[in-house]
Amino acid sequence: MRPFEYFRPSSLADAAQLGAVSGAKYIAGGTNLVDLMKLGVEQPDRVVDLRDVLEQEIQELEDGSIRIGAGVRNTDLASHPLIRRQYPAMSRAIVAGASGQIRNVATTGGNLLQRTRCVYFQDVSRPCNKRAPGTGCPALESGGLSRGLAIFRTSEECIATHPSDLAVALVAFDAELALWRDGQERRLPLEQLYTSQESAPGRETILEPGEIITAVHLPAPVDGRRSHYVKVRDRASFAFSLVSVAAAVELDGDTVRGVRIALGGVASRPWRARSAEQAIQGAPATSANFSRAIRDELTTAVPTADNRFKLALAHNLVVSTLEELI
Amino acid sequence: MIEHELSLYINDRLHQVVVDSRRTLLDLLREQLRLTGTKKGCDHGQCGACTVLLDGTRVNSCLVLAVTCEGAHVTTVEGLGTADALDPMQEAFVQHDALQCGYCTPGQICSAIGMLDEVRRGVPSHVSSSLEAVPAVLDEREIRERMSGNLCRCGAYVNIVDAILSQVG
Ligand SMILES: Cc1cc2nc3c(=O)[nH]c(=O)nc-3n(C[C@H](O)[C@H](O)[C@H](O)COP(=O)(O)OP(=O)(O)OC[C@H]3O[C@@H](n4cnc5c(N)ncnc54)[C@H](O)[C@@H]3O)c2cc1C
Ligand code: FES
Ligand code: FES
Repeated sequence: MRPFEYFRPSSLADAAQLGAVSGAKYIAGGTNLVDLMKLGVEQPDRVVDLRDVLEQEIQELEDGSIRIGAGVRNTDLASHPLIRRQYPAMSRAIVAGASGQIRNVATTGGNLLQRTRCVYFQDVSRPCNKRAPGTGCPALESGGLSRGLAIFRTSEECIATHPSDLAVALVAFDAELALWRDGQERRLPLEQLYTSQESAPGRETILEPGEIITAVHLPAPVDGRRSHYVKVRDRASFAFSLVSVAAAVELDGDTVRGVRIALGGVASRPWRARSAEQAIQGAPATSANFSRAIRDELTTAVPTADNRFKLALAHNLVVSTLEELI
Repeated sequence: MIEHELSLYINDRLHQVVVDSRRTLLDLLREQLRLTGTKKGCDHGQCGACTVLLDGTRVNSCLVLAVTCEGAHVTTVEGLGTADALDPMQEAFVQHDALQCGYCTPGQICSAIGMLDEVRRGVPSHVSSSLEAVPAVLDEREIRERMSGNLCRCGAYVNIVDAILSQVG
């Protein structure tokens, strides 16, 4: 690991100033950053600890929305009564990821900014367009390992997936981020945090240098909504997803009044299946309708020979999850 | 090399040390303080051999930078009991023969103690059928899921689960 300076500021303003310098990295729980520093993938020469400046609370605001401090640990978020009762897909997404030890340390903000688990990205002896732009992508070459990678392409140069389970659930609930910079807080829909990646797979988010995620806002719960998170992985526990789905449904009799579908493990960001949602909304809640809608959504996917199975997996997972919710 | 002075409590004893900013809590324990009960398996959060209790919760000490632990309270396997007076979880591992080579055992024991505390605090798991049932009822399936961050290369899982089940109050 390269030597680095360590700072533990006690105000957001100091943190943002220390973190705006090139070569600086924030650390929250450190479970992703420290791992990547050991691998040589991240080589900050300054590490700025956010532990004394991040909000640690989950608050219900007057309009019924919920503000989750970026410093709230994954375990505490999954366990919170409001979350498990009103946003069960979120609790489920968190406990479907990592291990007890990691969830105890990992923070809400850090989870959303964790980096891809693509084996080429993590191996500094290999080319990687995300880590070292322009060097190539072994996953896209014949014989490359792409089983776990994306089927929806957001870039010609990189098919790495975003690994967070929590982010998938949050995108389904239309969560917004509170971002802090230059003494100002701005709001951003979480879905817009992740760039489209067209020509720069190395630039994963639209965060400005030094910008800090201070909180996540969840819109107020919707009456009659049911939600769930289902994850398929290579082992029963403690593995990243092959495909996952966060779904939420509200019914009006036998008709779907509202539906949200977000997929994990299929793209460089949580994939909100908006065309499938449009097709399902207002239609009778039948398996045939769900199947047709998600099949249409998947026609834009471009799988590799190794991950073609994700098409059927994603289809079946969405249909069975929606069936469970009606 | 950039060094920092650090004060932290390990097994209730105050330690004042100087650490390289790159040092993990695991390496501080093992290399600098010679508390070698905590083990290094993968060094990447994947095996659980390095599990300790940090301010009361179980964590992978290989992913914690020591310099972030100013003022923290760390409990390692050395702090749980003594050879004459084992912690009940240590005693249960002995009684149930819950190990073969023993390499993963300190991590398993610290993790099991932290896990039981999480259940008391109402933390749900992936296999909890209801998110409303607090606390979860601990059966074999729950224990296997909640302990999935601790690998045992010898495959002593059957007896590890029995040892932990015997401690479910
Ligand atoms: C073995 C293993 C298995 C795992 N399995 C899963 C899994 O199945 N599913 C899953 O979703 N995750 C999994 N994870 C990943 C884990 O969830 C992340 O490591 C964790 O959520 C990161 O949070 P952190 O607080 O530790 O982030 P850190 O490591 O502290 O930070 C991560 C990144 O975010 C930046 N950052 C952190 N907080 C802020 C902030 N507030 N504002 C701006 N920037 C910030 C940091 O600079 C850094 O770049 C696994 C990790 C490991 C090691
Ligand atoms: S050594 Fe820390 S988890 Fe393996
Ligand atoms: S007893 Fe040998 S690794 Fe678990």
